Amino acid sequence: MLKSTLGGKGRILGGAALILLFLFPLFLPRFYIYLISIILLTGLLATSLNLPLGYGGIFQFHHAVFYGVGAYAAALMITKSGLSPWIGFAVGPFAAAFLSLIMGLICIRLSKLYFGMLQISLGSLVWIIVYRWYSFTGGDNGIHGIPVPDVISSPKGAYYFTLLVTLLSLWALHKIINSPFGSALQGIRDNPVRSAMIGINVKLHQLAVLIIAGFFAGVAGSLFIVVDTAVFPDMLFWTLSLEILIMCLLGGWFTFLGPMLGAAIIISLRTFVSGFTDYWTLPLGLLMMFVIFFLPNGILGYIQERLYRSPAEETDFVEQTVKES
Amino acid sequence: MEIVTAIFSPKLMSQIFVGLSRTVILFIVASGLSLILGVLRIPNIWHGSLYMVGAFMTFTISGVLGGGSMGFWMALILAPLGVALVSLIAERSFFQHLYEREHLMLLLLTFAFSLVFGDLVKMVWGMEYKSVPVPRIFQGSVHLFGGLPFPLYNVFLLAIGPVVAIALWLIVNKTKIGKISRAAAVDREMVGAVGINVSWVFAFVFMIGCFLAGLGGALVAPTVNVSLGMDHTLIMEAFLIVIIGGLGNIGGALVGALIFGLAQSLGILIWPQFGIVFPYAAVIVVLLLRPTGLLKSTW
Repeated sequence: MLKSTLGGKGRILGGAALILLFLFPLFLPRFYIYLISIILLTGLLATSLNLPLGYGGIFQFHHAVFYGVGAYAAALMITKSGLSPWIGFAVGPFAAAFLSLIMGLICIRLSKLYFGMLQISLGSLVWIIVYRWYSFTGGDNGIHGIPVPDVISSPKGAYYFTLLVTLLSLWALHKIINSPFGSALQGIRDNPVRSAMIGINVKLHQLAVLIIAGFFAGVAGSLFIVVDTAVFPDMLFWTLSLEILIMCLLGGWFTFLGPMLGAAIIISLRTFVSGFTDYWTLPLGLLMMFVIFFLPNGILGYIQERLYRSPAEETDFVEQTVKES
Repeated sequence: MEIVTAIFSPKLMSQIFVGLSRTVILFIVASGLSLILGVLRIPNIWHGSLYMVGAFMTFTISGVLGGGSMGFWMALILAPLGVALVSLIAERSFFQHLYEREHLMLLLLTFAFSLVFGDLVKMVWGMEYKSVPVPRIFQGSVHLFGGLPFPLYNVFLLAIGPVVAIALWLIVNKTKIGKISRAAAVDREMVGAVGINVSWVFAFVFMIGCFLAGLGGALVAPTVNVSLGMDHTLIMEAFLIVIIGGLGNIGGALVGALIFGLAQSLGILIWPQFGIVFPYAAVIVVLLLRPTGLLKSTW
């Protein structure tokens, strides 16, 4: 994955990063292990958003709703059914994918901004239901103390589980993007009319990518339970969706690992800033303005541009969106 | 006979009036949002923050001017103007550089502004609830249809709603700048080609839209606890109203606000715990039947 971003050097860099990730729990204090787990799963969430957003050109404005529904589905399954937690974790992603299918069927008729706004409205309805249904979802308190299997209940266990699932998911997402399906998707993004002309079923491809993205958002939701043993309604509030969008943008939404980098930066920054001030949204907003005006391709996008004067496959769309004025 | 008394029961009637006065606030905020969306194509998430800032400004201004009726009336004029000024500065220094970029960037920029303003409001006004007294002439309540008491201030809201709607209609349809901005919404380049400075037309429309957000905040201030976070739910509701009405259509905003406001107040009557779900369900029903809104979108 890194190779496509940084070339030959990327392979060494990626290998080193992987080894470090596996060694972290051996020397880092507990708090940092927790923090990195959160970064990993949020990064997975942002990467799954980037599939429809960056590669599909779909305005997926309310991605957090799939994350939250995945988490809630898993949590409710575990706490209410008495079945093994593992089944609960598996249910989460499928519930999210199913919701994604339903919402996708409703929204897909519209394009661009209309799609995004309709998605936000449907997502808000889901949020309201979760927020108000005290007897079932715990309302604004959420659900706490969700039992997790012993193997992964320790911080280290949770960390390794999160790391493995995240890596597997990233690998799968990378495969999907580089498959013929992924190419068709990017074709649709760059020119929907021409893609339809050469026989690609545009809506079907878009629906499929929405379901895939929803599924992996649900995976991230299940992972959150493993790490935090709790769910709360803020997980599907629209502000979180926009925060994930910022992560994609900051890291570089035309690169594969950009969203992961964005998640790492924003979560670290939040932890750092909240150490000495109550004000977090102000610096986040300012950071965003900086990115919008000066780094429209994100950090990895910028590096890529620096490394190769004529960047890889993504050039067309990037130039079109950024420079066309 | 029973059905007739049920339909015209005092409880129902008063709930309808509550819904209608909520509609006024929703319409004022949503029409501003719709105006900006229609002409500038900006999904302005910042709009909610400006509504909140309008409410807080009303608190401060009416407090500085003695807290009496006079203070409130001055605040009702000054707070929206203050909000409009802030929005003009933001538009000239930030937004105008991004009009040619993706909608996504504009959306995120307005979100960035709402994040920044969320903290700024916290810094300036603190975390506590603020309350703005109802002006003296509108204190107390009336008995409509011999039924339950209905606050006099809400009667005032019901009166001001049509005034704002008509004024807005006149500005958009009858004035020169309104016509220019409608033209610019359809074809920006053409308007520029006939020698009109489109950039300032956009700035003007943005300012009017944000003025309405401030006005909504000022009007709602005496009826609610002015607090942080009052922007979050309202902006979502305003967006939904704009969507079901048709993007950029002011009349659509009115229809949408009516549907939303009434569904909210009547929903609470039908099912107290889940009353809040009704307006959202109404939105979904509307969108399933008419995906691009009830009235014609300007897009």
